[in-house]
Amino acid sequence: MGEAESEFEPLILAFCCNWCSYAGADLAGTARISYPPNIRIIRVMCSGMVHPALVMDALAKGIDGVLIAGCHPGDCHYTDGNLKTERRFEAMQVMMEDMGIETQRLRLEWVSSGEGEKFARVVREMTNQLKKIGPNPFKPR
Amino acid sequence: MSKTSRRGTKRAAKPRKRAEKPPVLVPEPPLPLPKPFVPKPMMWKEGEAPRIGVFICHCGVNIGGVVNVPAVVEYAKTLPNVAYSEDNIYTCSEAGLASIKEALKKHNLNRVIVASCTPRTHEPLFRSACEEAGLNKYLFEMANIREQCSWVHSHEPERATEKAKDVVRMAVARATWLQPQEEPEIDIKDSSLVIGAGIAGITAALSLADQGFKVYLVEKEPDLGGNLRRLHKLYPTMQDASEILNPALEAVKAHKNIQLLTSTNITDVKGYVGNFQVTASKNGEKISLDVGTIVVACGALNYRPPEGLYQYGIYDKVVTQMEMDQLLNKGAIENPERVVMIQCVGSRKGEIRAYEIEAFAMSDTSRILRKILKARKEEGWPYCSRICCMNAIKNAILIKELSPKTDVIILYSDLRVYKEYEDLYSKARDLEVKFIKFIEEAGPEITETTDKKLLVSVYDMLAGHEVKLTSDWVILSTPLIPHKDSIILARTLKIPLSPDGFLMEAHLKLRPVDTQMDGIFLAGAATGPKDVPESIVSAKAAAARAAILMANKKMRTEAITASVNPDLCRGCGRCEEVCEFKAIELVEVAPKVVNARVNEISCKGCGTCSVTCPTGAISMRHFSERQVNAMVEAALTGA
Repeated sequence: MGEAESEFEPLILAFCCNWCSYAGADLAGTARISYPPNIRIIRVMCSGMVHPALVMDALAKGIDGVLIAGCHPGDCHYTDGNLKTERRFEAMQVMMEDMGIETQRLRLEWVSSGEGEKFARVVREMTNQLKKIGPNPFKPR
Repeated sequence: MSKTSRRGTKRAAKPRKRAEKPPVLVPEPPLPLPKPFVPKPMMWKEGEAPRIGVFICHCGVNIGGVVNVPAVVEYAKTLPNVAYSEDNIYTCSEAGLASIKEALKKHNLNRVIVASCTPRTHEPLFRSACEEAGLNKYLFEMANIREQCSWVHSHEPERATEKAKDVVRMAVARATWLQPQEEPEIDIKDSSLVIGAGIAGITAALSLADQGFKVYLVEKEPDLGGNLRRLHKLYPTMQDASEILNPALEAVKAHKNIQLLTSTNITDVKGYVGNFQVTASKNGEKISLDVGTIVVACGALNYRPPEGLYQYGIYDKVVTQMEMDQLLNKGAIENPERVVMIQCVGSRKGEIRAYEIEAFAMSDTSRILRKILKARKEEGWPYCSRICCMNAIKNAILIKELSPKTDVIILYSDLRVYKEYEDLYSKARDLEVKFIKFIEEAGPEITETTDKKLLVSVYDMLAGHEVKLTSDWVILSTPLIPHKDSIILARTLKIPLSPDGFLMEAHLKLRPVDTQMDGIFLAGAATGPKDVPESIVSAKAAAARAAILMANKKMRTEAITASVNPDLCRGCGRCEEVCEFKAIELVEVAPKVVNARVNEISCKGCGTCSVTCPTGAISMRHFSERQVNAMVEAALTGA
């Protein structure tokens, strides 16, 4: 079991907003800051566009972790889409508790277009944490 | 609602689409496998199933040096709906673009994917190549395998290759559901509304009128000129304010393209860029204006300290810098023995609370607004007003020049004289104006002496002891602050406010005179404290930005907008509430049937409404639930 766990590579989905976080992820690349290849980035226009149902569906289908990354409060291209996401994030955590999924599988981060280092750090932290938590219980085998 | 109360009503979670099989909370037994992702061919043109072409770029060695590109090409060919795949050394080169165009025709492709660098830099190039070959540019999709793959996973080439395959598979899944989109073109009316006739508003109006556009210049006061009308001398040239203001006023009044509307308030603004319908009220009389652009130059207000702050309002000879300016203008200052000025009165103090930022950022009731303004009046505003230092030094020099024997002392906690104004400071030093640094905790205190003079006690931080100064006048340097009317105006125009309560620009560095509302621009002290030259600069910039729109006569708007499915919409209005851009409204489509309607010109495509909609009636063009979900499912199928 221990051996199996050490081989476990979590699959993380990241919803990155077009204006800040996607650019932040790009900057991590431009600056050649390496992070584990466990993440799959989906570009959305705004973090406020990410429907909680989409996240819950993804988790119910077996995605090990979901990262929602948006602009820092006050920097949102659409004024306050990110603040709306923050409130929905709390709701999503409650839903996850109800579903019996560890709330650490979902993470909300503010990543600006200048924070490539932060993006890489978040991915590293999340990958390590998910390796400890183990696979999503809903993952089909 | 707290989490604990939510837990009290725990019920079986019901993920959508799987209601008949409630998920089990323990990992065993495993859930049934989700159906493998097989996208249904989608017809967007009659008789045409998706035929996707995938072009994978080596980017020299940037991608090819890490990712096994030929393997990804072979993999792409196995994906559903992929009709063609190839690799290029540089897809963005002329040869690469030519090969996309050639393949589009040769293989009858109707979707194109380029797997290369970030869409933030190269998407426009590839999109235009597609357009040139006759493919709608929204049928193009990009997979980022450089910035988000090869460059960050160079130490793990095998896993990077696997990731590149996954990213391409996700892009293919999304491309399958892409639809062509149109960017609507709108007409721009060649008239402009300028709100506020201070120096910024006047400058903007003149600039626009000189370019041949009709300008309505609206001022809420009976007179033009704003704060400048109340000023006497201006730093650094010590010019009379009237020397600058009067020629501008005459030009405005005489200009054939400018219609002046004084004592007029803006009550309502409807419409969108190019076509604003403005309602104003002049002495109770309603005026309707149709304009293409709006320049907001509503200015700022000089802060009046609350009674008792540094004995302001208690002793007659404690005045603000603005009041001193007027006294100097009247010649009411005659050979005082000593004058003491205090800097940063009401600025760089206090702390804007979280609820205030929230109230400034979102629509809110005037009750909370009044509460905030009252709190700010008592505690002060946290920002630096940046013009007070020069203004104080200017008045110090004026007093010194008027009566050289007067001892002028400026008490400061920090002094900021930037760019050429340093010369002004040196001049004040030469004239023997004294500067005493105090610390906030032991700031100046003012009492009255027996012979009706003012006694200022302050701890001189640099000398290390307290000094007592008998003074004829105490002058308080107070900041420029946002006024209530400008905050109300911001609500009407749907322009967000900065945490300091000023109108907020679209981007501090890149779009300093634009607002998030297309067609509305900001000039002068509406965005924060500014002196006359800065107000004029921003007014000319705002006028130029507005003129670009009006000179082009037409503009293309965003294709990525919300669209409402009328069959699902129940007209609850939640979308209207959350929209920051006034882009959704409820309309009665049939008797007693209310539906949400999107104004596609105002809509910026943030997608907040689509998430808020309780019935799922709203979807985003180019980022529909189906398109995004396809990517999620494709990410899972490789796991």
